Amino acid sequence: MSQSALAISGVDKFYGPIDRGVHAVQNLTIEIDKGEIVALLGSSGCGKTSTLRMIAGFEEVSRGTISVAGRKVHTLAPVKRNVAMAFEGYSLYPPLTVRENMAFALKAAKLPKSEVDAKVASIAKLLEIEDILERYPSSISGGQQQRASLGRALIRQADLHLLDEPMGQLEPQLRAVLRGRIKHFIKERGLTAILVTHDQTEANALADRIAVMEGGVLQQFDTPDMLKQRPANLFTGTFVGEPPMNVFEAYIGAAADKINLRLPDGLSLDYDKDAFSGAVRDELLKRERVVIGIRPYAVRRSKDGVPATVSANQWLGDQTHIAADFAGGSLVLVEHDRTRLELGAPINVSIDPKNLHVFDQSSGAAISHGMELA
Amino acid sequence: MEHTSLLERILRGVALTLVVIFFMFPIVWIFMMSFQTNETILRIPPQLVFKPTLANYTALITGKLTTAAGTLDIAFMRNLWNSVFLSVTSVAVALLLGVPAAYAFARHKFRGSEDIAFTLLSFRFAPALLVLLPLTLYFQKLGLANTYIGLIWVYQLICLPLILWIVRGYFEDIPADIEYAYRIAGHSWFATFRKIALPLAGPGIAAAGLLAFIFAWNNFVFALVLASADKQPVTVGALAFITSSGIQYGQISAAIVLSITPTLALALYAQRYLVEGLSLGAVKG
Repeated sequence: MSQSALAISGVDKFYGPIDRGVHAVQNLTIEIDKGEIVALLGSSGCGKTSTLRMIAGFEEVSRGTISVAGRKVHTLAPVKRNVAMAFEGYSLYPPLTVRENMAFALKAAKLPKSEVDAKVASIAKLLEIEDILERYPSSISGGQQQRASLGRALIRQADLHLLDEPMGQLEPQLRAVLRGRIKHFIKERGLTAILVTHDQTEANALADRIAVMEGGVLQQFDTPDMLKQRPANLFTGTFVGEPPMNVFEAYIGAAADKINLRLPDGLSLDYDKDAFSGAVRDELLKRERVVIGIRPYAVRRSKDGVPATVSANQWLGDQTHIAADFAGGSLVLVEHDRTRLELGAPINVSIDPKNLHVFDQSSGAAISHGMELA
Repeated sequence: MEHTSLLERILRGVALTLVVIFFMFPIVWIFMMSFQTNETILRIPPQLVFKPTLANYTALITGKLTTAAGTLDIAFMRNLWNSVFLSVTSVAVALLLGVPAAYAFARHKFRGSEDIAFTLLSFRFAPALLVLLPLTLYFQKLGLANTYIGLIWVYQLICLPLILWIVRGYFEDIPADIEYAYRIAGHSWFATFRKIALPLAGPGIAAAGLLAFIFAWNNFVFALVLASADKQPVTVGALAFITSSGIQYGQISAAIVLSITPTLALALYAQRYLVEGLSLGAVKG
C-alpha cells in the first residue's frame, strides 16, 4: 500500500461543545499523495483555514483522525508533526531580521551554518527578497513580509507544507511570476503542499487537485479541469469558473422527438432527443424541474437561437463579456473577438447540449454534464 | 511637524506650566521643608529663604528623634528597609505567579476561566477593612501575624490581580500565530512561552510590575493592622512622628523625601519600558 502524505479521515470540528457548538468542518475525508499540491478553495468561513490549523495542530480535532506520512498526528503537539506552515498574517518574529526568521527552524534543527546560508540565499533569490534579508519585519512592506513568511515555510524539509493564503498581499505581476517559481520549487523537491486560498486563479495555477469547501462541507475534490468540466453540484459549478456559470431553472417537457427545457418568460430550449445519450435522457425525463448551468464561454450567438437583449458589453482587452437579459434573469457570454453591440440590441443565443450542465432542482447534485451522466 | 500658531504655542506652554506647578509644588515644598526646623516651617508668613539644616536627615538615619520632651527612638531606617523588602518580594512573588497565569488566561479558554480571572480581580474591589478583622484572627491562629510571609501573602491581594490583568492584555495583543510559527518550527509550548511570549510582553510585564510595586509601597492599612513595629513599612512608621509634644514636620518631610525616592527613581528608570509597552502595537501584522 502506498503511503499518502496526508490522510484526513472523518474529521469534524466544533467550536464549542461537540455536537452543540458551531460545526465548522463536517465529516471531512481527504487523502493526498506525496508530491502533490492541493488547494483548499472556498469563501470565508467555509472551514478551509480550520482544516489547515487542525493539520498543523493549532486546533483540536473534535472527531476523526489525521495522519501525516503514515503517522497519526491529530493528538500530537505541533512540534512533533513535522509540518511547515506559512501564515496568512505572516507572523514573523519581530526581534529577528528576515534572514534570521528564515534560518530559524534550520538553526533549531542544528544544520551547519554553511548549509543554512546556502538555503536562505536560494530561497531569497526565488522569492526576490535578497535585498531585505538584513531588515526587520517592522521596516518592510506587507508583500515583503508575506514572502519572508513563505520563505520561512518553504526552506524547511517537512513532510507537509501548509500555505495559508500565501500570496494574498503580492502585486499581481509578482504573484504570477512567483506562482510558477513556487510550483517548480515544490515539484523539483518532491514536497507535498496544501494551499488555502479563496482565489481560484491561484488554486488553478498551483494545485494538482482542488478541494472545494462550503459551509464546512467538502463539495468536490478533483483536478482543476474536472472541476470545470464535471462540477459535482450546483455550488461547485457556480463557484469555480470566471465569469461564473449562468444558471436558470427549467421545466422539462417532451414532445415527439424533442426534449424542451422551458425557461421563464415563455422561452424554451429545444433539443432533439438524440442529442442526449439514452441514460441522460432517461434521467431528465424522470424529473419535472431541473437547474441548468451554462458556462459563459459555451454560449454562442446564432440566428436561429433564443432571443435575448444586450444589457452590458465590456471589452477586457482580450475578450468581450456580454451580459444579456434572458429568461427573467441575466445571461453572460464571452467572445474572444472585440464585439460591439448597442445596449438594448436584440441578439439570439444558442446553447450546445454538449455544454449543458444539469443539476437536480432540490439537492443541487449534478445530473448530467452535457451528453454524459454526472 | 504640524503647524501651530504662536498663540497656540503660548497657551500650550502656559497650560503645561500650570500642570507641572500643580503636581510638582507639594514635592518641592516638602523637599524644602525637609531642610528646615519646625520653627522655620511654622513661621507665618512662610519664607522661601532659610538656613538649610541636615538635622532632620541625621535624626532619621541615626534613629534618635529629639523633641522638646526629650529623645525618642524611631525605627525609620528599619521601616524603610521593611518597605523595600515587602514591596520587592511581593512583586516578585506576584510576577512569578501572575505572569504564567495571565498567559494561561490569555491563550487558553477553559471552562470557568473567565470566572476565575474575575474572582482574582474582585480581590481589589473588597474594602480592605472588610477582610482585615477575619484576616487578623486567621493570621493569629496560623502564626502568620507579624511575619514577613504573612504580609507578603496579604500583599498579593494588591499585586496579583493588577499584574494578572495588565499582563493578560499584553499577551492577548501578541498575535497567536507568532507563537504557532515558533511551535511548528520545532519548539515546545514552554520554550515558546519563554522565548516569544515573555520577551514580546516584556514592556507590559515591566509596567505591571512597576505599578504593583508602587501600590504595594503605598499600602498602609494592611501593614498597620497586621504588622508590629519591627515589620512595619514607612507608611505606617511615619505615624511615629506625631509625638506627644507635637508633630515633627521637618522629620516627616525628610522621611517622605526618603520614602518617595525609590519609587520615583524606579518610575523614571522604567519610563522607557512604559513607552515601549505603548508601541507594542507595531508587532501586529
